[in-house]
Amino acid sequence: MTTRFFTVLGACALAALTGCSTGTGFGSGRTVATVTLPSAPVDEAMRLRWLDRVSWGASTSSEAQLSRRGLGPWMRDQLNPRPAVLPAAAQLQIDGMTISRTPVDQLAIALDTQRKAADALPDEEQKKAARQAYQQELNRLSREAQQRFVLRALYSPNQLQEQLTWFWMNHFNVNVRKDNLRALIGDYEDGTIRQHALGKFRDLLGATVQHPAMLRYLDNAQNAANRINENYARELMELHTMGVGSGYSQADVQELARVLTGVGVTLRPTDEPPPHMRPALAGDYVRRGLFEFNPQRHDYGSKTLLGRPIVVRGMAEVQEALDRLARAPATARFISRKLAVYFVADDPSPALVDHMADTFTRSDGDIAATLATMFSSPEFSASLGHKFRDPVHYALAGVRLAYDDRVVTHTAPLLGWINRMGEPLYGHETPDGYPLTQSAWASAGQMTTRFEIARAIGGNGAVLFRSDDAMPLERPAFPALAESGAVRAALPGLGADTRAALAGARSPQDWNTFLLASPELMNR
Amino acid sequence: MQRRQLLKLMGVAPLASGAGRLMAAPAAGNAKLLVVFLRGAYDCANLLVPIAGTANDFYRSARPTIAVPAPGQPNGALPLNADWGLHPALATTVMPLFQKQQAAFIPFAGTDDLTRSHFETQDSIELGQALDRGRDYRSGFLNRLAGVLGAGPLTAVSPMAFTDQLPIALRGDARAANMALGSVGRQGIDERQSKVIEGMYRNTKLAQPVVEGFAVRDEVQRAVKEEMEAASRNAMTSKGFELVARRMARLMRERFDLGFVDVGGWDTHVGQGAGTGYLANRLDELGRGVAGFAEEMGDDAWRDTVVVVISEFGRTFRENGNKGTDHGHGTVYWVLGGGLSAQAGGRVLGEQVEVSQANLFQNRDYPVLNEYRALFGGLFARMYGLSPTQLDRIFPGVAPRDLRLI
Repeated sequence: MTTRFFTVLGACALAALTGCSTGTGFGSGRTVATVTLPSAPVDEAMRLRWLDRVSWGASTSSEAQLSRRGLGPWMRDQLNPRPAVLPAAAQLQIDGMTISRTPVDQLAIALDTQRKAADALPDEEQKKAARQAYQQELNRLSREAQQRFVLRALYSPNQLQEQLTWFWMNHFNVNVRKDNLRALIGDYEDGTIRQHALGKFRDLLGATVQHPAMLRYLDNAQNAANRINENYARELMELHTMGVGSGYSQADVQELARVLTGVGVTLRPTDEPPPHMRPALAGDYVRRGLFEFNPQRHDYGSKTLLGRPIVVRGMAEVQEALDRLARAPATARFISRKLAVYFVADDPSPALVDHMADTFTRSDGDIAATLATMFSSPEFSASLGHKFRDPVHYALAGVRLAYDDRVVTHTAPLLGWINRMGEPLYGHETPDGYPLTQSAWASAGQMTTRFEIARAIGGNGAVLFRSDDAMPLERPAFPALAESGAVRAALPGLGADTRAALAGARSPQDWNTFLLASPELMNR
Repeated sequence: MQRRQLLKLMGVAPLASGAGRLMAAPAAGNAKLLVVFLRGAYDCANLLVPIAGTANDFYRSARPTIAVPAPGQPNGALPLNADWGLHPALATTVMPLFQKQQAAFIPFAGTDDLTRSHFETQDSIELGQALDRGRDYRSGFLNRLAGVLGAGPLTAVSPMAFTDQLPIALRGDARAANMALGSVGRQGIDERQSKVIEGMYRNTKLAQPVVEGFAVRDEVQRAVKEEMEAASRNAMTSKGFELVARRMARLMRERFDLGFVDVGGWDTHVGQGAGTGYLANRLDELGRGVAGFAEEMGDDAWRDTVVVVISEFGRTFRENGNKGTDHGHGTVYWVLGGGLSAQAGGRVLGEQVEVSQANLFQNRDYPVLNEYRALFGGLFARMYGLSPTQLDRIFPGVAPRDLRLI
């Protein structure tokens, strides 16, 4: 396996281009994506800039790893990740979580039973208490998912995969405040999004269409023949694949909604036989975990989508429709541009987007290959240090810089900072996800809040290293930012006004606050 | 100077028509505008309910499970005139304002954008630019209004979005502040640190928002302190949107004259309810906010204030398969203020057609007969005495539509 892996890498390196088209890569029959690097020398400052963009933020230890491996091989690792090995202190926290130990169908079905039992209690006081317990359990599960995400973002060696996990969670946004999504969100992120984050877009899309979190969030669980609900059909084209104004019509939305009838969620016990139905339909029934395609709810009439008829029937209609959407030229451009906005610039050049869309199309929607084209572009290297950090990036980068690989034991304050800056995980209400450009995050009020977070990390970061909010803080309660190798390497590159502010600091906390509040630290 | 003369000239119309409320109309110098954006496309057909004749019959047959009951029935619509009834959730909040001629509704309002996409349509409305050419995302229509006002009628225009993010409507060249008011956190950065941080940004593109941010932070802290003092005197405490709205009123009374806020949660595809239920609760919260805002402004400032409530589009006139409604087209705008004119306050305004299947747009939803840029243009002309040239800078190529709102 190892030998084969390196042989393939070698072949790709010779091809010296992105998404090389021959040979089978590491893992499951995919090509290995590689990046063509700029010819400029890769010094420490440049390694930090690449880390700030490709990872959740540069730190002393990640710089050392990148330095040992070399930028080219490190990027190849990032684009073609192996199973992540996290620091034991982080993995232990994850292993202890309910969402890591219990399959989502068991979890959701048990909770549904708990909810029904609560509702059936005759005594009003008992009912109230039981409902509260149910809600608290849902909150706890959603909290676990947030904690797990943060631990992986901070400490996973597969940093690009973690950034893409956030990116795709945002692209295929759901909001945990709806229904029982708090019980489903951990599985949605881990089993659906993270797993396909660097894979084929069609697989990623197909996985989201079959996840109960999405089907509940966009109401498709209730979409049935003669009881049409257009919500999901519209967003599937507008937000998930082709993009608004790219050529589909209101009629296409209505037709896709009919294709999606019967695609839903079931909470019946997994060992129960399928619901009784006419034999002609029974063969079309599909159940996988909580996902269900119920032919009795499906509209079997003929349909036309994007100017062509749908030729198959049943659940296969959905697959045919998704193939059509995933392979539409508009989708290649829409997805490529969104990736470039996230990773390169608020307004990436049409040339870069076209180039990425070309790769996307030629590779049949291979996300890693599309990214490799982007990372190889001169526009990418030229953009380093100029992309404004959204709040999640800002908070995670601050903690990585301040505490490096020392594993946080109490993620609540970090999640609180992210919430306070207005970008809570799984908390965006509408399906468009959070905006990815500076204009959405750099307003007057947002900057003021951000400086408060700089102070919280720089002056009192020890809140992350106790087991709960009641424990006393270690001393000193602030990070040794001025001693950090990554900070020392970055200092000469800071502007005169920032260095003057640092020189006037009255305490180490003050110094940390100013550093984290500086204009340079706002960018990645 | 010219502005005041122009205003006098414009005042002739309502006087001549016998309204006699000129004294109550906002003076440009003190005029305050708040735009409330209901994101998610609220179901306007359950806000303004057709209550007359065949329109009433059509409404009830199109909405077998979600129609607001007829006037006189439990949780029934409240008659506004012969044709329209108001959702009963607004009985104690907006209805009294309507009866005092301090509220009006404009049905069949909206944009010609036909994507029926929330995000695309919200953006295009906030930009207020022509739909048929490229968009400039750095130029929202309220920001252009601020630019025009700052160059003339109000030399010290002070725009503020009471939101986490600066909305597209307020993005652009004119200075604009923002801060969400729902939960105002503790502030740890002190005065000295603020100055040092401002110093780090003085030569960057973020210099202005950083300075503005510290200034607004201090204003908001003061407003919240005032509220806590009132609470300690046993004043009623409010929550949700009403809390935000009352805070907005305190800030707009004292400091800001061009406000924006958004309220989400209107995308009712499923189980929206009728006289009671989900949408009723949303409308109740909104109504409390609007009424609380008016009260908190106090009579003097409220007389100079106009609140416009908008949304990106309406919803399907017929209910869908899930006791909800899908994306539609025309919607209903609300206009409120202590100085609405007699021909506007307490009325349902603008061009209208009878609600019938034949008059539905694409046999699906309400048509747009009152284009929003024309409406806002007409309002701005009245409020601030703007010239056609000035209006053209805000909405290029759009002829203002004067509904004589104030």
